[in-house]
Amino acid sequence: MTFNKRSLITLGILVIIMGYIYYFFTEKGITYIWHWERIPEMLFYHGPKSADDPAPRLRMGILMIGFVLTLKISLFSIVFGIFIGTVVGIARLSHEPVTRRLAHAYVELIRNTPLLVQIYIIYFFVGSMLRLSAFAAGTAALSIFAGAYVAEIVRAGIQSIHKGQMEAARSLGMNYAQAMRYVILPQAFKRIIPPLAGQFISLIKDSSLVSVIALADLMFQGQQAVARTYHAFEIYFTVAFLYLVMTFTLSMATQYLEMRLAISD
Amino acid sequence: MRKILIVFLTLLFVGSYFVGPAMAVSTEEITKASALEEIIKRGELWVGLEAGYQPFEMQDEKGNIVGFDVDMAYEMGKALFGEGGEKKVKLINTAWEGIIPALMTHKFDIIMSGMTILQSRNLKVNFCEPYYYIGQCLLIHKKDKDKYTHYRDLNKKGVIVTSKLGVTGAFTAEKVMPNATLRLFKTEAEGALQVANGVADAFIYDEPQVRVFAAMYRDKTVGIFEPITYEPLAWAIRKGDVDWLNWLNNFLAQVRGDGRWEKCKQKWFVDYIIEVAGKEKK
Repeated sequence: MTFNKRSLITLGILVIIMGYIYYFFTEKGITYIWHWERIPEMLFYHGPKSADDPAPRLRMGILMIGFVLTLKISLFSIVFGIFIGTVVGIARLSHEPVTRRLAHAYVELIRNTPLLVQIYIIYFFVGSMLRLSAFAAGTAALSIFAGAYVAEIVRAGIQSIHKGQMEAARSLGMNYAQAMRYVILPQAFKRIIPPLAGQFISLIKDSSLVSVIALADLMFQGQQAVARTYHAFEIYFTVAFLYLVMTFTLSMATQYLEMRLAISD
Repeated sequence: MRKILIVFLTLLFVGSYFVGPAMAVSTEEITKASALEEIIKRGELWVGLEAGYQPFEMQDEKGNIVGFDVDMAYEMGKALFGEGGEKKVKLINTAWEGIIPALMTHKFDIIMSGMTILQSRNLKVNFCEPYYYIGQCLLIHKKDKDKYTHYRDLNKKGVIVTSKLGVTGAFTAEKVMPNATLRLFKTEAEGALQVANGVADAFIYDEPQVRVFAAMYRDKTVGIFEPITYEPLAWAIRKGDVDWLNWLNNFLAQVRGDGRWEKCKQKWFVDYIIEVAGKEKK
């Protein structure tokens, strides 16, 4: 399949670029003693974890623990973000002034304030009142943040569909909801996949801000591994690679989706 | 009907204003509101820390949080819950920026994270008796051993001093070496590496950490251990909690007196630093 071939080529180019950076560091850069042999145990190791948990089995190391948390929080936020974004995006185009303005206010409020501040507010104020766990608060903050951007993407997508489509659907006897559901949204969805993918890729990277609310994400775990072992470059390269695994998979998945949906064109 | 309701609500509001402050708070109520009471009821001690400060608290490759403060937290667990109490200690690893807000919003009961007593910080939290005194020390390159013997030698134009963003070391460097150029990094390791690589002249940081770096890069660097500042470290708790404060201070006096303290200090400030340096030599 051409899709597989293409993604392999892209991956190959990425590996070559990373290899070149590495070469540059080792050959031309500062003197730095590389300790790559310390990295595998930070991903996976076989053996006892501590005196309290001595069972020898395959376990996740410091970096993998962070990887799993980042993956989990990003996936949840993407799902909720799509949901919030679709609802708000449609509300943005509502003929009802109150709905429209409320949706607009939400988008502007979220887009124009820093994510870090939103995370603080949701965990320390809202979270303390509702007794949210750190994970729930972090997911909520990221979902609300992503939702605002997705809403604008969805709105732009819907508006990009020629208004004749809506008129035709309505004249066939569909009501507004039916026309949206069966005619407008399926067409709009196809167009918004590329910007949506971009948004979610930045969401995965933005998720590193949740470390301020006691969530040990990939970046935070990486920093702590550096703080203990001082192997800064090995660890940060590995962290970058792990982020790349997540975002590249997402890119490939959306490209595949795009190709599948293009068949109907 | 509506009028009566409004009058009633107004009276209630005004009334509460007068009644509220006049109500005396009994000692029983203070006791009930203490974190100590919460901990016993919960059956778990929640400790907040940032595991990026050797040898007080750090995370190993397996993801275990270990260190001097951590061992003290386990001792505290044993003292609170009896034998096996160390299993009832929950360590909450959080980024430094969020650590005081999290304490104030009851996300944990105590901060045991090598926190320096600052008078400005003390406005927000209560500190126990200091448990360790550290000062800022310098790490310099071996070739500069005779050139720099005191921090005053570094207070010159063109000298590059590194430290970590937002820590005492950075504030101290600004104060005592205003003529030097200060370069701040996200982690202390990056700052120390600059000195080991000869890019910067000195690295300023807390004494135990400088000891680790000096042992690790001992072919390239040396430490100047004459402390520049006076910094007492202490555990922090929420303000106004006298019961918890009293318990902690007495606990501290106990472990100091019965030898547990010295054992722990030997483990983390001597044996551990030798181990780290040895690992690097391999």
